[in-house]
Amino acid sequence: MKVTFTRRYHFSASHRLDCEALTPQENRDVYGKCNNPHGHGHNYRLEVSVRGPVDHATGMVMNMADLDAVVGSSVVERFHLANLNMDPLFEQDVPTTENLCRVIHRLLAVELPPGKLDRVRIEETENNFFEYAGEAIRGER
Amino acid sequence: MILLTRKAEFSAAHYYWNDAWSAAENERVFGKCSNRNGHGHNYTLEVTVAGEVNPQTGFVVDLKQLKDVMHSQVVDVYDHRHLNLEIPEFRDRVPTVENIAVSAWERLEGRIPGAKLERVRVYETPDLYADCFGPEGAR
Repeated sequence: MKVTFTRRYHFSASHRLDCEALTPQENRDVYGKCNNPHGHGHNYRLEVSVRGPVDHATGMVMNMADLDAVVGSSVVERFHLANLNMDPLFEQDVPTTENLCRVIHRLLAVELPPGKLDRVRIEETENNFFEYAGEAIRGER
Repeated sequence: MILLTRKAEFSAAHYYWNDAWSAAENERVFGKCSNRNGHGHNYTLEVTVAGEVNPQTGFVVDLKQLKDVMHSQVVDVYDHRHLNLEIPEFRDRVPTVENIAVSAWERLEGRIPGAKLERVRVYETPDLYADCFGPEGAR
């Protein structure tokens, strides 16, 4: 049976969308209010899905406490109540939620057991959300 | 192809325990969930079916029929029951949310008229769910 297990986490962070390669006017045109100079914030809702066989002894794809520990230490503690623009991971990339999704996928892929990570989904608000399942996995679909 | 999802709810009790292990090992692996007095949840079941839209009815599947199957096969069986003590498949299968999704899949598979079972999702809490895509699942 193909089974995935998903857990939801919460963190709040600020960001400003501004691309160095664009002029100030171009940035305002592209990003609108998100380019306001002092930034703004969101309560992000993060869903992390892991996959694999359901272990017969435990009935689990992965122990939730272990998943919580990895996501807590490598993602939630890093970004909660932080300014995303100040994080070295966003030195080159604009901290859109698309990029945040990819960054979190990359952080978790190295911390979780190989092949366990299925998908990262982030809600920036109730009305917009982003999903990333990695390039290789997407190719298999 | 169109995907269609129907939702239903049930409330049940469970605990996590593996008879092959000592009490200490059960507590180490399962934590508070290993308390033999059990605890409970309001589960949400989401069943997604795949099919073509029938040109005459405009339906992928008759929603009433889908609801009846979900209730007769899963909701009426699990609702207000102790999963470990009263449901046969959980005698030798720990009733985690993963295994509830697998068991609901097995109960529903082949019983939905005119459509293919695509995904069974079971929420144990709003922050926790499992998806079962079946043996031939898309993932």
